[in-house]
Amino acid sequence: MTTLWFGIIAGMFAIYAVLDGFDMGVGIVYLPAARTDAERRTLLNSIGPVWDGNEVWLLAGGGTLFFAFPAAYASGFSGFYLPLMMVLWLLILRGTAVEFRNCIANPVWTPFWDVVFAGASALLALFFGAALGNVLRGVPVDANGNFFLPLWTNFRLGPEPGILDWFTITIGAASVATLAMHGALWVTMKGDGSLQQRARNIASLSWLAVVVLSFILLLIVPLIRPHFAQRYADRSSGLIFPILAFASLVGIRIMTRTDRDAAAFLCSCAYILAMLAAAAFGHYPYLLSAVSDRQAGLTIFNASTSSSGLSIGLYWFIPGVMLAGTYFVFAYRHLLGRTGQAEY
Amino acid sequence: MNALTVDRIQFAFTVTFHYLFPQLTIGLALLIVVLKTLALRTGNSHYNEAARFWARIFGINFVVGVVTGIPMEFQFGTNWSAFSKAAGGVIGQPLAMEGVFSFFLESTFLGALLFGERVLGPRLHWFSAFLVFLGSWISGFFIVVTNAWMQHPVGYMQNTDGTFSLVSLTALLTNQWFVWQYLHNMTAAVVTGSTVMAALGAFYLLMRRFEDFGRTFVRLGVITGLVASALMIFPTGDGQGRNVANYQPVTLAAMEGLFEDKRGAPLVIIGQPNVEARRLDNPIVVPDVLSFLTYRRWKAEVRGLAGFPEDRWPANIPLLYYAYHIMVGLGSIFVAVYALAGWIMYRRRLYQTPLLLWALMLLAPFPYIATTAGWMTAELGRQPWLVYGLMRTAAGSSPQVSVGNGLFTLLGFMGMYSVLSVLFLLLIYLEVLRGPGGADPQAPQAMAAAAD
Repeated sequence: MTTLWFGIIAGMFAIYAVLDGFDMGVGIVYLPAARTDAERRTLLNSIGPVWDGNEVWLLAGGGTLFFAFPAAYASGFSGFYLPLMMVLWLLILRGTAVEFRNCIANPVWTPFWDVVFAGASALLALFFGAALGNVLRGVPVDANGNFFLPLWTNFRLGPEPGILDWFTITIGAASVATLAMHGALWVTMKGDGSLQQRARNIASLSWLAVVVLSFILLLIVPLIRPHFAQRYADRSSGLIFPILAFASLVGIRIMTRTDRDAAAFLCSCAYILAMLAAAAFGHYPYLLSAVSDRQAGLTIFNASTSSSGLSIGLYWFIPGVMLAGTYFVFAYRHLLGRTGQAEY
Repeated sequence: MNALTVDRIQFAFTVTFHYLFPQLTIGLALLIVVLKTLALRTGNSHYNEAARFWARIFGINFVVGVVTGIPMEFQFGTNWSAFSKAAGGVIGQPLAMEGVFSFFLESTFLGALLFGERVLGPRLHWFSAFLVFLGSWISGFFIVVTNAWMQHPVGYMQNTDGTFSLVSLTALLTNQWFVWQYLHNMTAAVVTGSTVMAALGAFYLLMRRFEDFGRTFVRLGVITGLVASALMIFPTGDGQGRNVANYQPVTLAAMEGLFEDKRGAPLVIIGQPNVEARRLDNPIVVPDVLSFLTYRRWKAEVRGLAGFPEDRWPANIPLLYYAYHIMVGLGSIFVAVYALAGWIMYRRRLYQTPLLLWALMLLAPFPYIATTAGWMTAELGRQPWLVYGLMRTAAGSSPQVSVGNGLFTLLGFMGMYSVLSVLFLLLIYLEVLRGPGGADPQAPQAMAAAAD
């Protein structure tokens, strides 16, 4: 039961990464890809009706973590206090930028929100990547499962890590590169003309960066976190995830070469899902591992609510998510056209 | 100042600011459904244009509501980790359900409401409006379920490590406390929506702009405002009052400023609670009424604060007392204004009575004050408990978050929200200037054009 909820929560955050990932990705490539006001409107319209629904996956995932593993939610959210607050402010800025930018057409208002949108999106990608890095690297939890991390210490891995060190920054960079590629592929699919051409160029550049960074990560994560290596050694079936991730990367290359834009974007979705699945598989059964002594970490066994609560949750979760899936299909089918601007 | 105080102020500030926006969208969602229904029934495009206008106002409110709502869910973990660890197994469920059942629905169909009029056709567009209404009311449902559990915990068990976990979802969702609190809260939101609609209508009539829309807004706002403000006092306010009397008698005593046990307790209209001297200074009272309202008997005994140990008294009795009296006082004023406006409207003289239009227009901020005071009554009344009778507020905050970090983020939120307020008011101002009408259903471009 706890394993099931671990999977559900990991799945919800992975869906969040794929869906809000292209919103953030559009933000990252927004300034270089879209030069004219019309092109920028096209990009904003291509996420306008859905970004908010995409963000709900973060909230729903957070809520699910809250009730299924209250101890991990409490420890993690208070321990990552400062970066989380900054994520909240960035989410506020990103949302207002998307919605308010087109409310007034004026040469000061629009460029201001353009920069806010692009900057907030890129920083969000970096922070979410670094957050994943922190979870994978582990935190200095005390006997009660509590910790508090400063923003940085000496940028090294050790008994006193900070939120930012070379490892988490690497994952943050990989996250920015991945979402830039993801967003660029979305734009390639939704845009046309020179906008589409610029997006193609950004997609192939960031694809290269993603390939390099993925290799580095797959090498260093098992080195830094021995429990990862152990887990994959015990259950070699898990190797399917990293293999799938690389297959998806190859797929992106083939599809972009042959101008099959939708297929390329889907490969990018598959890449993100596979990478996160690889991370979740290797991290299992930990929610938050300890830096020094592995025994003291928070696992799905010592951080979960009672089994009665977990069973009750299943009764509403399954129909609820099926309903959400229905809305999702509706939104993407009826509210989003092939090219944003023409539809509105 | 200690970290606990900072955590409390930050939560109070962010949630108070946040709730300014959902209360309008909850109320407006219902009114937009009414307008869309009128449009569908009469075939008159006037109502569609009115609905479109309010959907844009709704949209701006919704964005600010969404971006200020995300911090609420995070703050349980960031600033109240001890509470989250203990109670997450229970209150995490309704919060996750809110995301799954309400936010997906609301966000998807708001998109349909704002952008989909042409693609969907009139019936599906009406249905989108209805689903947005449903989504916002479901959202309120789960939030009040969460709060009701903190006010009157049911359906849980305590584990050996002191944490709570959920035993019965049915008990949680049918909490006696929840039913009245929910209805009271939602009718209050309808009062906010109605008052804002009537106020804007009155403004247009006084400005002599968009007068046909002004009349529609005033008419609809006064009708729903009259019904909702009456329902707010009876039965919902009355029912909620008896919940407090049953489950939090010490809170009732503090709200009413009743220091001693009293047979035939009076209803205090006004007066200043003096906690040091344990009496109410300069009171104006109506004898026996509190006893009647609480127990339906004029001479029933109501317990005063003296009957309870002091460590169970709400921590800030004067603030609780004043918040409660402001809420009740404003609620009574709403009924009076709406009854008068309804009567004059029935006599077909409302649109020609500037004095009453002024009154309706100036009423606009007061439902916000009343709902804020109402929530302060609920939350201050729950003190010193975080979960009533089970966990004290002092035991719930995050042990590792220092005063300095807390102050930093509190000030950050204050700055961020000040900027948001200015932007919000600017955009609402532009919408009001642009007014309803104009056939173009395409919100962003049309809004941009209006500002040129």
